[in-house]
Amino acid sequence: MLRDKDRIFTNLSGTSSPFLKEAKDRGDWDNTKKIIAKGREWIVQEVTNSCLRGRGGAGFPTGKKWSFMPKESDGRPSYLIINADESEPGTCKDRDIIRYEAHKLIEGALLSAFAIGAHTAYIYIRGEFVREARILQQAIDEAYNEGLLGKDAAKSGWDFDLYLHRGAGAYICGEETALLESLEGRKGMPRLKPPYPALVGLYGCPTIINNVETIAVIPTILRRGAAWFAGLGNQNNTGTKIFCISGHVNHPCNVEEEMGIPLKELIEKHAKGVSGGWNKLKAVIPGGSSVSLLPKDICDTVLMDFDSLAEVQSGLGTAGVIVMDKSTDIIKAIANLSRFYMHESCGQCTPCREGTGWMWRTLERIAAGKAHYQDIDLLNAVTHQVENHTICALGDAAAWPVQGLIRHFRKDLEERLNILDATQLAAGG
Amino acid sequence: MQKLTINGIDVTVEDGTTVLQACETLGIEIPIFCYHPKLSIAGNCRMCLVEVESSSKPVASCSMPATNGMVVKTNTPLITHAREGVLELLLINHPLDCPICDQGGECDLQDITLKYGRGQSRFSLNKRAVKDKTMGPLIKPIMTRCIHCTRCIRFANEIAGVPEMAALGRGENMEITTYLGKALTSELSGNMIDICPVGALTNKPYAFHGRPWELTKTETIDVFDAVGSNIRVDSVGREIMRILPRLNEEINEEWISDKTRFAYDGLKQQRLDQPYIRQNGKLIPTTWENAFTFIKKNLDSLSGKEIAALAGDQADCESMMALKDLMISLESPHLDCRQDGTHWDNRNRSAYIFNTTIAGIEKADLILLIVTNPRYEAPLINARIRKRYLKSGLTHKLEIGMIGPKSDLTYPYEHLGEYAKTIREIIDGKHPFCKKLKAAKKPVLILGQGAMNRRDSLEILYLCQKISEEYNFIQKDWNGFNVLHTAAARVGGLDLGFLPQKGGLDTAGILGAAHNGKIKALYLLGADEIPMNELGNTFVIYQGHHGDKGAHRADVILPGAAYTEKSATYVNTEGRPQRTTQAILPPGQAKEDWRIIRALSEVLGHSLPYATGEDIQRRLIEVNIHFKNIDKITPSPWEIIPLGTPETLSQLAFQLPITNFYCTDPISRHSTTMAHCTALLPKQEQKEQYE
Repeated sequence: MLRDKDRIFTNLSGTSSPFLKEAKDRGDWDNTKKIIAKGREWIVQEVTNSCLRGRGGAGFPTGKKWSFMPKESDGRPSYLIINADESEPGTCKDRDIIRYEAHKLIEGALLSAFAIGAHTAYIYIRGEFVREARILQQAIDEAYNEGLLGKDAAKSGWDFDLYLHRGAGAYICGEETALLESLEGRKGMPRLKPPYPALVGLYGCPTIINNVETIAVIPTILRRGAAWFAGLGNQNNTGTKIFCISGHVNHPCNVEEEMGIPLKELIEKHAKGVSGGWNKLKAVIPGGSSVSLLPKDICDTVLMDFDSLAEVQSGLGTAGVIVMDKSTDIIKAIANLSRFYMHESCGQCTPCREGTGWMWRTLERIAAGKAHYQDIDLLNAVTHQVENHTICALGDAAAWPVQGLIRHFRKDLEERLNILDATQLAAGG
Repeated sequence: MQKLTINGIDVTVEDGTTVLQACETLGIEIPIFCYHPKLSIAGNCRMCLVEVESSSKPVASCSMPATNGMVVKTNTPLITHAREGVLELLLINHPLDCPICDQGGECDLQDITLKYGRGQSRFSLNKRAVKDKTMGPLIKPIMTRCIHCTRCIRFANEIAGVPEMAALGRGENMEITTYLGKALTSELSGNMIDICPVGALTNKPYAFHGRPWELTKTETIDVFDAVGSNIRVDSVGREIMRILPRLNEEINEEWISDKTRFAYDGLKQQRLDQPYIRQNGKLIPTTWENAFTFIKKNLDSLSGKEIAALAGDQADCESMMALKDLMISLESPHLDCRQDGTHWDNRNRSAYIFNTTIAGIEKADLILLIVTNPRYEAPLINARIRKRYLKSGLTHKLEIGMIGPKSDLTYPYEHLGEYAKTIREIIDGKHPFCKKLKAAKKPVLILGQGAMNRRDSLEILYLCQKISEEYNFIQKDWNGFNVLHTAAARVGGLDLGFLPQKGGLDTAGILGAAHNGKIKALYLLGADEIPMNELGNTFVIYQGHHGDKGAHRADVILPGAAYTEKSATYVNTEGRPQRTTQAILPPGQAKEDWRIIRALSEVLGHSLPYATGEDIQRRLIEVNIHFKNIDKITPSPWEIIPLGTPETLSQLAFQLPITNFYCTDPISRHSTTMAHCTALLPKQEQKEQYE
């Protein structure tokens, strides 16, 4: 369990104010100038050494991502974009960081922008985060007034402007290239890669897009050193992570924990256990709606980090832990997620546009018991037709939960179809 | 150069080539829906997936650049599975109405499904349906069939330059529609029908008229403007069913204008199908013999100086040649092929053709438009300019300046002035635009017809030539001086010298002389755009294919053939002679035009010395060697010949020759489809309000 002294987000539960005075008391903006004075290369190296992996879901090493930026500008400016379009069902970590630790994010923005050579950064915040946007804007204004942003930001000699841009509430705009399209004023539809944003991004300029949590932990890593961060968690899955525990638990919460904590320990210690006891557990979705769910026997032992969860064909994703006890209609639950993906599919590419609807409708029919046995296999085949064939990862995200359901709960599906007798099937199926 | 392996075969391709293009060089077919070589890459149909060894997922070959050492496979089970999957998903919401779909038989989805599909759908739920939409009189949208490839959206935004088409909604509710369900305000909108890979956008006038495999296809040339677009005429029996573009990268690429595509229904209306003579003020049908004798009776008493001839905008070179020869043998010097009153002269060929060539526009770095609206006068040349404009960036800068009335050309330009004095300012180096002219390396000047029907036309022409010499428009391997004609017949007429002979009158002179009785007989070869009520008591012979203005005034009507009904030569604005091919027969007793003149010459006792098509083509080459190289351009050497006396420039504002793109000639004036399009044009008052 994470010791208090290793905690990065000390105000995650909102006991204190998010604004500058209190934030400074917590250690934010403490001699930022000195960190910047150590230079670009040092910061990138330090982040690389810390083995920090992106907190947005894919877990791409941040230092490596930054190293893709052109070292010398060819005349085009560089941009840093902070993805605060947190819309993954089951996830609310970025919201609390903005609410209670806004200055960690703003300081992180300055340091990261300096590290990649950007004088401008945009925070793309989800449209529904109205209060959060207000708080963040207030914090940014404060920082400008104090000289922490703007010309010669924090007296470091680096000019840095930070803009807050409110999205209109589309899940797909959290995909980095769809975010760029939306930010440029177009319809939020993912772009083709390559070229990657680090070479051709916002307005055709080199751009780095990072998650709020990734950026917010940067100042602490740089202050306390890469070794400290790398010392937490397991190899290649280092540091601390905010887990969002929701569903059938006694105390749903956001909690910062060490990477690689056992799932069971996480739920028992911080969420005060599954309602009705661990034995009532049916399944857990460990990383936000986009990853495959895990049945109880895996949940008993699995560790919460990128690699351990990938081994059981799931993923850490955004670490939105959705706990479902035995009262859950698991088929309906996944059908609900399927409907979400159908609704949020941008419609650009064929497999996702057509496949998400097909998956949802089939699942609904199965949930209602109005399907054939072979529909289960058909459903499985459709998920494989969508997976890996789309422009962005939304197709994969729509396919994985359904695949997980069929993989772990095929029996439940078959039982649901059993209850229908042959005459009913002939009449209505 | 990038070296890669595709299906075990090594191939070397240029930098910037995509994997798809690399496959094509090897003749490996990759199924595609959204990819189109002339449009930007969308990569959204996911049909072109291929396996690349370094990638864990299949990649879209249309958007993946080929790189050194890449190992590509297009025929693995993984790819077969992916293609089957994408096709099945495309088809779950595509109606199976092929039997009543106009795209049937030429549908990409049909063909690709046949070759790569699974053969059977496993989808048993309800299909999506999309509400009916309207998109104006040209395009029939059946959006239930749409597969969302977005080719039409990209076409509207990129080629046509009218961002009026887009997708509304998300996911499976995404629908492609035009702005407020209106017709596109583009002269190129019909091309969306061709690029639509399914039957979502089909040809409205052609709806339910034919099946592609039943049509007789004839490759020919268009005559609605001076571009000479290459077209294919699809016909059944004696009826034209539709007109499609033919690929010619040098002229029209693979697009045609809406007038070219849709005005053919004018060929079925108000046609002259037998000779007429006027008796007691009434036109009465007659036979060819009677018509010819009637002409002979009226011409016999006249001297050559009392006879004149005008050629229209769609006259072919053969008939102009025959008429010129006939007039000369009748000793008449009064000939003109410039019925619009322009002052072109054929002594200097480089001064009346589009020297840069249409494809050459893409190399330009500055374009100076002088009294022309290429969007209406030659939509495909406008599309080329826009294509060049889209490529412009920091390294490929393009400056566009314009003198003349302002109009929306689908690309931004610097408006330099509306009066002739601006041209003088430029030659004197006093205009701010001169700085850009000086810096340009491959500048292009395009002179329109609007500048050439004025008192000071020859002076303007001379000044434009001077500008060309002064500012680097003329280089060793670059001729930036261009004339944009509006009539398909014009350059041919100039090349053949269908112009006033020694002592002859030009169009204005002929009209004046006819009015005051000095010209007693006037031969109109399809010339309709002249004030017919000012011809006085002149005996008017009208030869043409439509009962238009000329036929109403005529004393004798000789029914000719339209461009689809004869094999004839036309020279486009670049000076490129091209031949049409007869697609259908002329109606009734109508005949090929030069044969009518040949027959008439015999009746008049001045037999022309040619009897066959080869004979007359030999005669064309005899008069002008350029006719030898059909389909090719022979460059004309640059020179400046002062054609008139120096004149003061007029203070009148310039005016453009075309205000309604859809109705410019006898055929399009009688086209119902073009009338529907005209009805959608904003009214003049509304136009002014907008401005």
